[in-house]
Amino acid sequence: MGSAQQLHLGVALDGAGQHPAAWRVSGVRPAALFTAAHYLAHAKLAEAASLDFVTLDDTLALQPGGEEVVRGRLDALLTFAAIAPLTSGIGLVPTVTTTHTEPFHLSTAVASLDFASRGRAGILATPSRTEAEVTHFGRRTLPSEVDAEAENAEVVDVIAQLWDSWEDGAIIRDEPTGRFIDREKLHYVDFEGRFFSVKGPSITPRPPQGHPVVAVYGDSPYAHGAEVVLIDEVRDARVRFPDAKLLAGLSIVLAETEQAAIGRRHALEAYAPFPAGGLSFTGTPADLAAELPRLAAASGLDGFHIRPAVLPDDLALFTAETVPALQAAGVFRQAYTGTTLREHLGLGVAANQYAEA
Amino acid sequence: MPKQVKLAAHFPGVNNTTVWSDPRSGSQIDFSSFEHLARTAERGKFDFLFLAEGLRLREHAGEILDSDVVGRPNTTTVLAALSAVTTRLGLAGTLSSTFNEPYEVARQVASIDHLSGGRAAWNVVTSPDAWTGQNFRRGGFLKREDRYRRAEEFLATVRELWDSWAPDALVGDKENGVFARGIDRFVHSGPQFDIRGEFTVPRTPQGQPIVIQAGDSDEGREFAAKTADVIFSRHGSLESGKEFFADVKRRLPAHGREPGELLIMPAATFVLGDTEEDAHEYAREIRYQQVRPATAIQFLEQVWSRDLSAYDADGPLPEVDPDPDAEPLTWGRVRHEKDPLAVAAKWRAIAEEKKLSIRELVIEVTARQQFVGTARQVADSVNEYVQSDAADGFVLVPHLTPGGLDAFVDDVVPHLQERGVFRTDYTGDTLREHLFSR
Repeated sequence: MGSAQQLHLGVALDGAGQHPAAWRVSGVRPAALFTAAHYLAHAKLAEAASLDFVTLDDTLALQPGGEEVVRGRLDALLTFAAIAPLTSGIGLVPTVTTTHTEPFHLSTAVASLDFASRGRAGILATPSRTEAEVTHFGRRTLPSEVDAEAENAEVVDVIAQLWDSWEDGAIIRDEPTGRFIDREKLHYVDFEGRFFSVKGPSITPRPPQGHPVVAVYGDSPYAHGAEVVLIDEVRDARVRFPDAKLLAGLSIVLAETEQAAIGRRHALEAYAPFPAGGLSFTGTPADLAAELPRLAAASGLDGFHIRPAVLPDDLALFTAETVPALQAAGVFRQAYTGTTLREHLGLGVAANQYAEA
Repeated sequence: MPKQVKLAAHFPGVNNTTVWSDPRSGSQIDFSSFEHLARTAERGKFDFLFLAEGLRLREHAGEILDSDVVGRPNTTTVLAALSAVTTRLGLAGTLSSTFNEPYEVARQVASIDHLSGGRAAWNVVTSPDAWTGQNFRRGGFLKREDRYRRAEEFLATVRELWDSWAPDALVGDKENGVFARGIDRFVHSGPQFDIRGEFTVPRTPQGQPIVIQAGDSDEGREFAAKTADVIFSRHGSLESGKEFFADVKRRLPAHGREPGELLIMPAATFVLGDTEEDAHEYAREIRYQQVRPATAIQFLEQVWSRDLSAYDADGPLPEVDPDPDAEPLTWGRVRHEKDPLAVAAKWRAIAEEKKLSIRELVIEVTARQQFVGTARQVADSVNEYVQSDAADGFVLVPHLTPGGLDAFVDDVVPHLQERGVFRTDYTGDTLREHLFSR
């Protein structure tokens, strides 16, 4: 493999693809988007290519737009829970909303996804800034952007404290003393923040990874605590996030010839423009494979968050052709070398903040 | 055709029911344990699997209780994961109406209903205390009557959300670019919730996922009679079961419902043996493993609200009376005793009459509906309860994780099937069909 930089690759499984008209040009039936089978099939494609993880976007409101776009979705974390037992290598990173969802529930839900996937869980922690979500809960006013981001940072902080609130080995099953647990290894987190307080400890033992991987979008001023940052703005990214794994969002429209790819892109744009934000690539799978390492090296990126314009078409070409080319170039793993998402991302073992060194 | 028995499997969770010291006892938290129980229940053609909930670790005398099993995963996450490894089994989870919001619960349960192809159920509970609330943003304490008001309005709101998409809203007209049409705005304005907007989940395979209610009080029975599909009760004996059954079913017509629209499923444990004597001997051993000396003293301290650690669990009950004004020593258990002095007097009388030690008394007073005997006897007994209208079926609580249900499925279910009172295969796909199709 040589000393070439190893890329990390995540892939978005949203709707029928990144483009708003993807559902019109793909073979995906609308009802399929509300089944586990749809997400399982695409996660399996990603897993067969040894990609690091899949993501699934979510909010607590209907997607904006009219009749012509995909509207409605299932809870992203539960959707990934429903494919966890049927996958074995791929990391599962659902979006969770930190503004309205209780941090305590969030912490146990992600820990439980980590148990169900045997160490492959992550979350994309995202604040809510929409009035629609506020009216769905009816107990708060719309937080300012700064407050929503600050609360997101608090949530990320407290859920990790809750994961750590059970030290590894807290379950002792000590027959002679009749103790199931060693209570010295359980900790009240006693979190008092600006936005909420949580007593702890968690009801759920520390999950297999210790800390499931926390990812955030890089436009947040509070992104520093996260281990993975998904960015749309590539310039200066490494300067802004010196320690995180940096993955740039990249929409892809692939075909066997560049001309055909451009044709596919135009066909989609005839319905609607591509969503703003992030990089985009239109061309052949092989050209994309040549482009990715160059782009990563030039911008100090650790990898890419691939957003296939149309599922499964672009994901199928990416995994069938781009990934093997990256493997041949020695910049992407041939197979999973570990079993956990932390291992895939090279994040190392998560230390427990309560455990004695 | 005789009345058909309904069966559910309870994952033996956080308490002293699970005999964790048994060498066959596996993990309480690993997904494989949940998977094993679910697959076993499905192999036995059970109606559903049932998960309880508790949102704070129990404490006793100011410390986290270390003698019982503690630690459990998040309810909805486990149910969603179980939908992957089962195809017919209903998946029921307990979610508090106190520490959740209608939009989120509606969304989670509806998501599980889609992911499982119509097998989701929600057990609506109210949470009693500000102590649990310390783990939540909304925190706070709700008075008993307010908890039920919130629960009732919560459930009504959730149902409004479930109904807000037209059944045929997913149009999928590629030609004309119509993905979905017929998503109604919901507006709910009431004393507990004032919310409006649009729901994100299409109408689910069951339309309305199954609603379970666990309530014994008058308010609880009324709430269930009005709104629930299944009531999860604790009525032990045949006689008290019949009374409860009759009382609850009698309440239904006032709400425009038929007696068959609400199923009564008490929790029950079971112990099987090759002979009746074996089974009773094994049942006795299990009870002694469940109620260890420390557990017995702690149980008494819940009522006494005093430190009784100096007492011998194998000795007589304390002469000192409970302190009726003291703060409770135990947090996180459901407290049934409103008058500790009366409870203590009653227990003293039982202990005196039967000559029981503290531990023996606790074993006696915490006994639940228990089927003990050979497989054939247990099948007969379960059937007798159902045919005599003491129950519609049972939520079985095994004492071992995760293999505690295996023997019931292998040995008892065939007897029920032979008697023609339990399905030999699923005839429907959804939980609603399992429970209500004839």
